[in-house]
Amino acid sequence: MTRPGIRCEAIAEDALLLRFGERIDVAVSAAVLAAAARVQQALPQLECVPAYASLLLRFDPLIWLSDGDASPHERVQAAVRAALEATDAAVAAPRMVEIPVCYGGAFGPDLDALAAHAGLDTEATIALHAGGDYRVAMLGFAPGFPYLLGLDQRLAMPRRADPRQRVPAGSVAIGGSQTGIYPAELPGGWQLIGRTPLRLFDANAASPALLQAGDRVRFRAIDTDTFHRLAETEPA
Amino acid sequence: MSVRVLKPGLLTTVQDGGRPGHAALGIGRAGAMDVPAWRLANALAGNTQGEAVLEITLLGPTLCFERPAVIALTGAAVAAELDGQPLPGWTCCRVPVGAVLRLGGFAHGCRAWLAIRGGFALPPVLGSRSTDLHAGLGPFDGRALQAGDVLPVADAAALPALPPGDALHVATWQLDPRPWSDDGIPLALLPGSHRDALDEVSHRALFDPAGFAVSKDANRTASRLDGARLRLRTPLELVSEAVLPGTVQLPPSGQPIVLLAEAPVTGGYPRIGQLAAVDLPRLVQRRPGDAVCFRETTLDEAQQRLAARQRRLDRLLAAIAQRLDTPSHGNA
Repeated sequence: MTRPGIRCEAIAEDALLLRFGERIDVAVSAAVLAAAARVQQALPQLECVPAYASLLLRFDPLIWLSDGDASPHERVQAAVRAALEATDAAVAAPRMVEIPVCYGGAFGPDLDALAAHAGLDTEATIALHAGGDYRVAMLGFAPGFPYLLGLDQRLAMPRRADPRQRVPAGSVAIGGSQTGIYPAELPGGWQLIGRTPLRLFDANAASPALLQAGDRVRFRAIDTDTFHRLAETEPA
Repeated sequence: MSVRVLKPGLLTTVQDGGRPGHAALGIGRAGAMDVPAWRLANALAGNTQGEAVLEITLLGPTLCFERPAVIALTGAAVAAELDGQPLPGWTCCRVPVGAVLRLGGFAHGCRAWLAIRGGFALPPVLGSRSTDLHAGLGPFDGRALQAGDVLPVADAAALPALPPGDALHVATWQLDPRPWSDDGIPLALLPGSHRDALDEVSHRALFDPAGFAVSKDANRTASRLDGARLRLRTPLELVSEAVLPGTVQLPPSGQPIVLLAEAPVTGGYPRIGQLAAVDLPRLVQRRPGDAVCFRETTLDEAQQRLAARQRRLDRLLAAIAQRLDTPSHGNA
């Protein structure tokens, strides 16, 4: 890739991996997400898989074969370069999704431990988490699991030494410097601080994942009654 | 029309070509572990639309056909008996109503695919009938088959060339399975991003002809390899990035992991290689304890081998379709 700072690697017969950096960083992630949006718009036939600092592009080599000397990887790379350099293409602004969260209690069994770890009281801990401006860097681990960047670093906390066998669906959690939401009942080692009544993943819905890479996210603290009322309106 | 599962076997799942296009949502492709074997099973059963089949692992299921059906078995040779008569693989068989098919163990290899004319009429999830065991997606909420499961079969025009009757009827011809079988050769490995981070001893060990063996901890997601523990010169701090079937990862244990059809979408371990796609079907036939050794390949060579296999497969699929259309094909 001729663009500065992007390294391109042909990792498989049908895939290129673009690397934008080496670490979890808001600016690197923003560059990945901007590139993903541009490539997806210009070249919808490529499958784009953004991660924290990289973007996988998967293609059908048969479609990208040519009579000339250029390999499918070279042709995809040239098309991607053109898409990234086309500065005139407008890219839609990211969506903002609000996630209601009932913090603490049975829904957030690790909230008190997080508050103690941060040296804050519970209310301040909730306010800090709910006051953040987050962005979905990537989805992974399980269908619809969003990895969010933007956590106030005072709330960073290592994963539990003893991962839980069953984390309930909707659990809002902190793992290291990241925060995320379990879309289904899964095993997991993150610190559980609350739960959302929203359904994050439904394979049979027209849009299966509530959140997509690039979305902006805000949390809104709700009480238990509101949680149950909202939970009733969610599709089963 | 349906097929009833009397005994499920060790790990029998419904699979088709997988669920591409959703990796950005954290949804892997899953799908048949050996795509050519899946396509050939369908072709032999008279299917042309990428129908869902059964993927059978190490010990096969016992199935009852509640209507006459046309079926085909591909993959490794699995012991197969229909009402006490041996049922050959790599050909087209018509089975009568009420027939019971008992699939047993494998002399070699560990996976086979059973296609049925019409395909299994289970509701697709995100465009696919593949079972994703890890994500719990697909038929039966993403689980393996259990005794008592009923698999509806889509209606398909009867094959006119198969004479009616109430006995097992096997076509007089059979495909040569050898070009589609695991011949035990070294598996071709493309360089991985972090291959150069291996220390010198580990780099040699990766390509040692004595190589590795598939660990007993193998499943549809990955084959772990027993053998030399590989080490990096210095530890790498990596952030998660996309991984693919065929990606060879090196976790801190030093025991390489080759991802397979049910690969997760992302991973954070060093990637020390990428198995050539054309060799993935070989690896999926190696069972715990079987030898695995690697050789180096280039992207050019890997692509040429893949394209050559695709041409062979396309020719064969066309030949099968033509043969099934020929009225005399079923005559003894």
